[in-house]
Parts: sequence; C-alpha cells; structure tokens
Amino acid sequence: MASSTQRPVNLNLLKIRLPIAGVMSIMHRISGFFLALLTPVIIYWLDIALSGETGFIETQAMLQSFAGKVALFVVIWALMHHILAGIRYLLLDIDVGIEKPYYRQTAWAVVIAAPLIAVALLGGLL
Amino acid sequence: MSRYASGMRAWIFQRLSAIYLLFFFPAMLWHFLTDAPVSHAALKSWIAEPLTGLFILLGLFSLLLHAWIGIRDILIDYIKPFGLRLSLLTLTAVGLMASGLWGLQIVLLTNI
Repeated sequence: MASSTQRPVNLNLLKIRLPIAGVMSIMHRISGFFLALLTPVIIYWLDIALSGETGFIETQAMLQSFAGKVALFVVIWALMHHILAGIRYLLLDIDVGIEKPYYRQTAWAVVIAAPLIAVALLGGLL
Repeated sequence: MSRYASGMRAWIFQRLSAIYLLFFFPAMLWHFLTDAPVSHAALKSWIAEPLTGLFILLGLFSLLLHAWIGIRDILIDYIKPFGLRLSLLTLTAVGLMASGLWGLQIVLLTNI
C-alpha cells in the first residue's frame, strides 16, 4: 500500500503529452459543456428576435457586428467539433475506424476540419 | 443491476438524441446561413409553420436530454464532494428545465 502513494505523479499540463485522440476527446467535452451553457443564451436571443421588429433588428445587428461574428465563429467551431467528434464516436461504436492508423487520423481530421468548416461557413455566407 | 440498467439507458439515450441533433443542428445552421429570415414577420411565420415548430421542439427535447446526460457525466467525473456535486446537478437540472419551458413557450406562443 505504501508504494502506491509514492508513485510518480506528473500532472503538469505543459509536460503531459496527450495523444491526439485524447486532445480531441477533451475538446469534445469542453465544446459540449460550452454548448450546453449556450442553450439559454440562444433561446434568449430567439425570444428577443421574436419580440418585435425592434428586437429583430437588434439581434440582426448584434450578429453582423465584428464581435458577433467572432462569437459566431467560436460557437460554430464548438458545434462542428462536437458534431464531427460525435460522428467519430458513433462510428467507433460500430467498430468503424477503430484500427491503428485510422483512430489517430480521424482524430486529427476532426480537430483540423472543425475550425476550417466554421471559417468556410461564415466567410462564404455572411 | 439497476445501476447497470440506468447507465445503459443513458448510453442509448445519448446516442439516439445525438442522431437527431446530427440532423437538427446542420439543418438549422444551413437555414440561417443561406436563407435567414429578413424581418421579424418572416422569422415569425417560419416558426409558425407546423413542421418547423415540431422540428424545433423535438430538437429542444433531444438537446436537453443530451445536455443533461453529458453534464451529469462531467460532474460525476470531476466533482467529488457529494454536496457540491448534488448542488451542481440540481442547478443543471433546473437550468435545463427552465430553458426547455422557455423554448416551449416561445414556439407555442408563436404558433397561436
């Protein structure tokens, strides 16, 4: 028992080298938590936009401002990461992509594709 | 046994709600990015369409279920003190239920 308390512990986040699937996984959690907190915020803005023409214009102006676009980028990035990582998990559930090179490659694909899709959606369409 | 069943049920609900949300959010995002309502009246009449309302309410229900299971897992993993964990779980449940009622109210009032 004594030895179990003397095991080396290294929780320095700058020194831990988490594999890419681990990075993707923790980002899946963070984005999910963030999106859950955002739920009442989105309902709030929908309520304002539906309250009348003034509220609608106010919401529209907020979303089209620079700060609004930055916020939108972060939200869509989080959503895309969560969706893509989620698809990956659903496929892993049915044993797709569970073998050695693939689970790493798909984790990289999720981490890289999510912000790119967010930029493409906002850049092309706003 | 009952713990296993509740864990298994949560696991299945998390995946079923995920599959609905997998269609719901891209569809919503696509609608607002390509064909965003141009006025208050347009937004209102879009939500007042029965299929849109149904689509949104099912999405809201799936989202609340999905968020509850996800946050519950996170709190159980990271928050060890029992009182704090219970308080945060309660806060989450109340917050999600309030969001749900608020969203339901918005959709129903728009449809009247």
